Amino acid sequence: MARTLSILVDGRLLEVPEGITVAAALLNAGESAFRDSVSGKPRGPVCGMGICFECRVTIDGAPGRRACLERVSPGMRVTTRE
Amino acid sequence: MSRLRNVSADVVVIGGGPAGIAAASRASEAGKRVLVLDEAPHLGGQIWRHLHRESLPAKARDWLDRLDRSGAEGLTETSVVDLRPGEVLGVRWNEEIRVRAPRVIMATGARELFLPFPGWTLPNVMGVGGVQALAKSGASVAGKRVALAGAGPLVLPVAAALAKAGARLVAVADRTPASRILRFSASLAGRPADLWQGVRYRAAFSGTRYRWGTWVVSAAGEDRVREVTFTGGGRTWTEPVDILGAAAGLIPNTELARLAGCEVTNGVVVVDRMQRTSRVDVWCAGEPTGVGGVDLAVSEGEVAGLDAAGQSVPAGLLTVRDAGRAYARRLDEAFRLDPVGLPPPETIVCRCEDVPCSAFDKGWTMRQAKLYTRAGMGPCQGRVCGAALHAMFGWAPDSVRSPLVPTPVASLISTLESSDATA
Repeated sequence: MARTLSILVDGRLLEVPEGITVAAALLNAGESAFRDSVSGKPRGPVCGMGICFECRVTIDGAPGRRACLERVSPGMRVTTRE
Repeated sequence: MSRLRNVSADVVVIGGGPAGIAAASRASEAGKRVLVLDEAPHLGGQIWRHLHRESLPAKARDWLDRLDRSGAEGLTETSVVDLRPGEVLGVRWNEEIRVRAPRVIMATGARELFLPFPGWTLPNVMGVGGVQALAKSGASVAGKRVALAGAGPLVLPVAAALAKAGARLVAVADRTPASRILRFSASLAGRPADLWQGVRYRAAFSGTRYRWGTWVVSAAGEDRVREVTFTGGGRTWTEPVDILGAAAGLIPNTELARLAGCEVTNGVVVVDRMQRTSRVDVWCAGEPTGVGGVDLAVSEGEVAGLDAAGQSVPAGLLTVRDAGRAYARRLDEAFRLDPVGLPPPETIVCRCEDVPCSAFDKGWTMRQAKLYTRAGMGPCQGRVCGAALHAMFGWAPDSVRSPLVPTPVASLISTLESSDATA
């Protein structure tokens, strides 16, 4: 089994396998909506490869990070729908 | 604040998928100092995306091992934002990377063509390759009801992989008419390995019908997609789903080539027999020269890597590459996109700026669409809606500007300052 690590998603502690992306961790935790669109509609990952920018979240205070391109790391703080 | 890192190489390869890996290996084996830049956490690109190398097919493992042995360096999680004479600018978190290199090989791959339909903006509506990419990145699809609607040869391997990962495939569709798929399949008699591969993929999801000439009418749900309505074969029906993967095939990523001033015609980067672009210091390999799949990408990468390193290219390699190119033309013909109708007027087309279809006038150009509606002005810079608008209205893409991906302002400032300082 893969080793796990802990991340904090919107204040919720998640135990996730090492090496997976932030997008995968959020989807596995049942989070489908990663951001709100300019007219306030929920959006989630589409392309899975960094093209569409629909999966952007705030990671450790940095806004607009593409969750599909970032690996989880111990103690990472992720905020969705900001 | 952001830091600037200066590096240099003889050859810089942009994109670490099969074409980039093959190009970098060949150039590095020829004694050149090679640097590969890629946005993802691992080299491999989309088709060879992985969490653990052991999980990859033998060919992928062999090339990744060969790249390691070649001594080429890889820099992942790095987005290329500009390409100037003799230097490539990248951003990695809050660090800017300036690569001075006299030769550039572009291997920027392809992306999916997303065609808008009502509900396509709902969470859990993704691309066909999108679902696959997320699954390869660790997202679990086990027990999930997944529907796929695609166009072309990507549908089969994705369906097979998702079935193997425990997904419940409730629908698998291709918008291409059955007559063209049958004609293409018959032509595979001369390529038994591909035919056999297709049969194996199909067997992996034998419990689900594979419907041709079928496409999505709409997706519905509140918080996320809950059901999808399909039409095809003379009927229209609705399936409950957890995830929908929908995309109308692959299109080459040519933004970097266009920014660099390389000739791009009919959506593909123009190259000669040695994969040279119209710019003497830039080569291009893989999907940007025309979507053709992994084997063609590897052989094009090998040719580009050898030529950029000043080596002669063996005739046998060129023959393999040319055969791959001929096959790619047949694929292209078989799965070409039929004229695309417009979705209902209220359907969002530009997802970044939430611009509905009704906002566009078919008499416009892409530039006018941008100015009047802000379509294509958001973070994706038209990578999604630009291709959709091209398919819907026939508009040619607007010009490309740097930075190629949204960049923190601080990064740009320090790059400009340092350029001035050394000017």
